[in-house]
Amino acid sequence: MNLLDFARGPALKVAIAVFCLGVAWRILAFALLRIRRDLNRPRDSVFKSITGGLLTVGSRSWPHREFIGRTGAGEALGYSYHIGLFAVVLLFTPHILFLGSLFGITWAGLPSSLITVISVLTLTLFIAVLFRRVTNPVMRMLSNFDDYFSWFITMLVMVTGIAATAHLGASYETLLGIHILSVDALLVWFPFGKLMHAFYIFPSRALNGALLARKGATS
Amino acid sequence: MPLASEELTVGEMLLRHGISRRGFIQFCTATATAMALPPWIGAAMAEQLRQARRPSLVYLSFQECTGCFESLTRSFSPTIESLIFNVISLDYDDTLMAAAGDNAEAALAQAIKDNFGKYVLVIDGSVPTGAGGAYCASGGRSAVDTLREAAKGAAAIVCVGTCSAFGGIPLADPNPTGAWPVTAIVGDKPIINVSGCPPIPEVITGTLLQFVSTGKVPDLDEHLRPKAFFGNTIHDRCYRRPFYDEGKFAKSFDDEGARNGWCLYELGCKGPTTHNACATIKWNGGTSFPIESGHGCLGCSEPGFWDKGSFYAAQSSAEWGKAGVPSPRRTLELSGAAVAAGAVLGVASAGISRLRQHRSEGSSDP
Repeated sequence: MNLLDFARGPALKVAIAVFCLGVAWRILAFALLRIRRDLNRPRDSVFKSITGGLLTVGSRSWPHREFIGRTGAGEALGYSYHIGLFAVVLLFTPHILFLGSLFGITWAGLPSSLITVISVLTLTLFIAVLFRRVTNPVMRMLSNFDDYFSWFITMLVMVTGIAATAHLGASYETLLGIHILSVDALLVWFPFGKLMHAFYIFPSRALNGALLARKGATS
Repeated sequence: MPLASEELTVGEMLLRHGISRRGFIQFCTATATAMALPPWIGAAMAEQLRQARRPSLVYLSFQECTGCFESLTRSFSPTIESLIFNVISLDYDDTLMAAAGDNAEAALAQAIKDNFGKYVLVIDGSVPTGAGGAYCASGGRSAVDTLREAAKGAAAIVCVGTCSAFGGIPLADPNPTGAWPVTAIVGDKPIINVSGCPPIPEVITGTLLQFVSTGKVPDLDEHLRPKAFFGNTIHDRCYRRPFYDEGKFAKSFDDEGARNGWCLYELGCKGPTTHNACATIKWNGGTSFPIESGHGCLGCSEPGFWDKGSFYAAQSSAEWGKAGVPSPRRTLELSGAAVAAGAVLGVASAGISRLRQHRSEGSSDP
């Protein structure tokens, strides 16, 4: 069994199993946590709380008017590399075929050369994001190993992917093996690090919004 | 009294057949070029061969389909006739030889005895070891015993075809005959693997010619294949490669993309991971190769090619092992079991958290 066979065979199986187990574990452990009962009388109806929660998901996904000058650039950076990542992951033909082999459905992809351009742009944005994190004193203070490792492992997947596509440094087979192995590593890390924000971000915003709406506050 | 053909040098043999020195140098240069060797090697090869006695070659066929030998007989440059009549002395080959039975066995014993330590042993087919080697036997001896005996006196062993090089189809799961490649049986001789199912004829003859003319094992890759022929992947040299780079893929064997000659990656082409010279030397005297005929590469020159999932699954597909169960169902089974286990852990974690919270609230009560 060579590296590629190992990466997309047993290693991928273990990675998917760990990913599913970890995500289910953390979501349920989070969802079933006891929330202290709020003994205050609600300011509004339950319906208002729910709509307040849903509205918060939208409002917090966009820079606040008052702070747009200070946070706009950072949010634009964040949105850009997330869009780039989604485009590369979901619209590159070999990725579509990979996902198709797992889930049984495929869709149209973008030309490989366009994906290469998007990948390089996303990679550049990714470096800019790290630069911002280490140069901004507040962000640096808030960051820990989890942030840097999550950045590193996502970066590793992107770099090995570009190397495999461009045949840089080794044979396609070896590079593809390393790339898939890095994806396996990302899947294993995903549920236990801050990459889990992909699952937490919207429910946590909705919950905060609903709790605040119950108190009559908009967020 | 004229000399017997076995005693003549290759040069003398060629003169007998009316082949000039210049013509022979041209032939050797063509072979050297096919092997990506420097141009001056052609002349050196020719000179070396002209002065040499024809080296002995013993060709043994074990667990195989004769496809590799069929391929060898279709070599155009050099042709099999010119190779065995002018350059080498094919002392034993059970497919070509007229002798049969005891006479054939005697010919093999004689060839080994007369050229002990000097002959090139060519092996075609895997070596079954199950049931005491009974799955492949000839003249009352198993293939594994014949191989061990013949290997003792060989200068080098050339494994022709994926079966002798890597076990091939006989070794594929469940390997009912206990088949092994030659490298698993013989460990003390130089071994050159010329893999492929079958190998390209010019790759077989070119490898043999290089060894008999230089007496040296060529540069080999990690699978003991000559780098001159197996140094690049099919994908790297494929004429459809620009379509891969442009993202133009055939989705089925009869769609617009297939008619336009677009890349066959989505249809399972194993070109990106297969090292061979199909895209450059091609087949049938350089006429075409499988991808040129509209079918993806099967990866037949790579170890374990038969057990690497479907020939029609794209290279980037997940490898879920045994065929027969649709991959999405296997994904569902695997992820379903993992999610169930995760849910149990999640409920347990939340339960422990609630219990601790309850205790801490109880202990903080006045």
